[in-house]
Amino acid sequence: MSVIETETRIHTDQDYILQAKNIKKYFPIKGGILKHTIGHVKAVDDVSLSVLRGETLGIVGESGSGKSTLGRVLLRLMDPTDGQIVFEDQDITKMRYRKLRPIRRDMQIVFQDPFASLNPKMSVSELIEEPLIVQTNLTKLERKEKTISLLEKVGLRSEDRYKYPHEFSGGQRQRISIARALTLNPKFVICDEPVSALDVSIQAQVLNLMADLQDEFNLTYLFIAHDLSVVKHISDRVAVMYLGRIAEIAPKKNLYETPLHPYTQALLSAVPSTDILHKKEKIILKGDLPSPSNPPSGCTFRTRCPMVHEKCSEVRPELTEVGNGHLVACHLYTGK
Amino acid sequence: MELKQQEAMDTNIEVPVKPDKGNSPFRIALKRFLKNKLAVMGVFVLLAIILAVTFAPLLTEHSPTKSNLLLIERPPSEEHPLGNDSSGRDNLSRLLYGGRISLIVGFSAMIFTLIIGVTLGSIAGYYGGKIDAIIMRAADMMLVLPFLVLCLTIVAILERVNVGIFVAIIAITSWPNLTRIIRGTYLSLREQEFVLGAKAIGASDFRIIFKHFIPNAIGPIVVNATLMMATYIIIESGLSFIGFGIPQPTPTWGNMISEAQSLRILRNSPEAWIPPGLAILTTVLCINFIGDGLRDAFDPKSNRR
Repeated sequence: MSVIETETRIHTDQDYILQAKNIKKYFPIKGGILKHTIGHVKAVDDVSLSVLRGETLGIVGESGSGKSTLGRVLLRLMDPTDGQIVFEDQDITKMRYRKLRPIRRDMQIVFQDPFASLNPKMSVSELIEEPLIVQTNLTKLERKEKTISLLEKVGLRSEDRYKYPHEFSGGQRQRISIARALTLNPKFVICDEPVSALDVSIQAQVLNLMADLQDEFNLTYLFIAHDLSVVKHISDRVAVMYLGRIAEIAPKKNLYETPLHPYTQALLSAVPSTDILHKKEKIILKGDLPSPSNPPSGCTFRTRCPMVHEKCSEVRPELTEVGNGHLVACHLYTGK
Repeated sequence: MELKQQEAMDTNIEVPVKPDKGNSPFRIALKRFLKNKLAVMGVFVLLAIILAVTFAPLLTEHSPTKSNLLLIERPPSEEHPLGNDSSGRDNLSRLLYGGRISLIVGFSAMIFTLIIGVTLGSIAGYYGGKIDAIIMRAADMMLVLPFLVLCLTIVAILERVNVGIFVAIIAITSWPNLTRIIRGTYLSLREQEFVLGAKAIGASDFRIIFKHFIPNAIGPIVVNATLMMATYIIIESGLSFIGFGIPQPTPTWGNMISEAQSLRILRNSPEAWIPPGLAILTTVLCINFIGDGLRDAFDPKSNRR
């Protein structure tokens, strides 16, 4: 896995900012009289992925597919049950909180809900300065200058720094969140559905802002979303998650033009199209997302898959390369 | 201001914008508090009481502890407006100096309970797990012990109790309630994304507790602290009334009322026990009004109007 081919280039370990191998995150279910563990919710179940320096890797999936949990585990905001996370050639899987602190400068997160992710009792300047106070020895004046320049970069006014989060709209709050995440000049930012709580008109503004900032700060994004069109707008590569596993991962062009996994095909067919000449046939998936505490045997998608066959319930399909950096976990393509 | 800004724009000099702090959550709470008439009245009356007991030496020349055998149970006179008690001490002076003790006991017991409660509640609520279980089981054990019996036992063992020991007894027996409240608030705060955000920038546990948890839990903390103080004043009076509180000759409102245990005084000299009773009533009412006002100010959702 350390050397995979993407389009024409061969990538080595140095090209990756983050490599995750076989990440699992199980949440215990407590029950019974003695509150012992009676089962596990397999939020993330054996996910491996690598993020290239400077790229935007989009992750899409339904709610409950484990994409937010994956993001949090990758930043060690949650401890993985199993697996290995390598960030900038350092294994951070088991690193202690205190030792992890200097590494946190380089990795940041923007949360989904701009109403919950900003401390309501802190003013904007306190919010943006906090990372500087924690991580650097800058003086008050230097911090203030940095705050003002960041506010202006994300499209807010410098006077806004005296205000409190409740005085802003959702889009403005998300801009504050972005400014806060960028304060320490990180290399890698996980965007955990940063626009799903915003109005559609504001979504585009914030997405464009994020794209501009990516160029300016040389950022690598891991962009989590449940909206394929949002991901298409910003990503270089896209991973599709289903029930805690990656179903398909491919460069954007491949994924949108030649989706291989039946789940990806179904998702793409649901995206509204403006092309009236080529009406797509909608693939309607039956049933609901199965419970991640008791996933189906073999391929987890088999209960809803239109192309299901016997092998699917017996063997779990592995993520396999089918060419051009296009990986898919489906027996339709691996049985060749 | 507008003119200045215009000028600045013309000459390209940056005018420091006046920080508009009118909208900080604290200011908003203050504004809401000031709209509550009962609470504001409570603040003024309580301030008057605090001023009166602080400047007691200016209001009366008599000592609150010096007995005068010639003046035992004298009715009010010009020299002694509230008469004298069964040991010949001046009642007015005892009322003023006694207020000091009652308020100090209530206030310092509240502060000590706050220190214990916030510390233990923060540890339990923030870290969770085993340490949480240990602290909460200890709190349960304290709550199981009947407060009055515990107080009486400690007082009986120590024989003579002074203000410091009395405050310690109250604080040690009353921390579990506050600890529980703070832990509960933290448990809901812990799930908030901004706490995760603070962890993501590498903030220390200490910083997260002091900058993120306590400011967001300040409402319940302040409200409970206020109401606790009122309770402690009542507890002090009650225990002093039955003779297990601050012993004579130190005056407190509680042991002034205990004079009324004598039927003769109860019947013939209401001036000896009505004023301290009213003082307790007024003080506790004021503090409770303030507490209710603070509750509404910090948590607008609880506002029933």
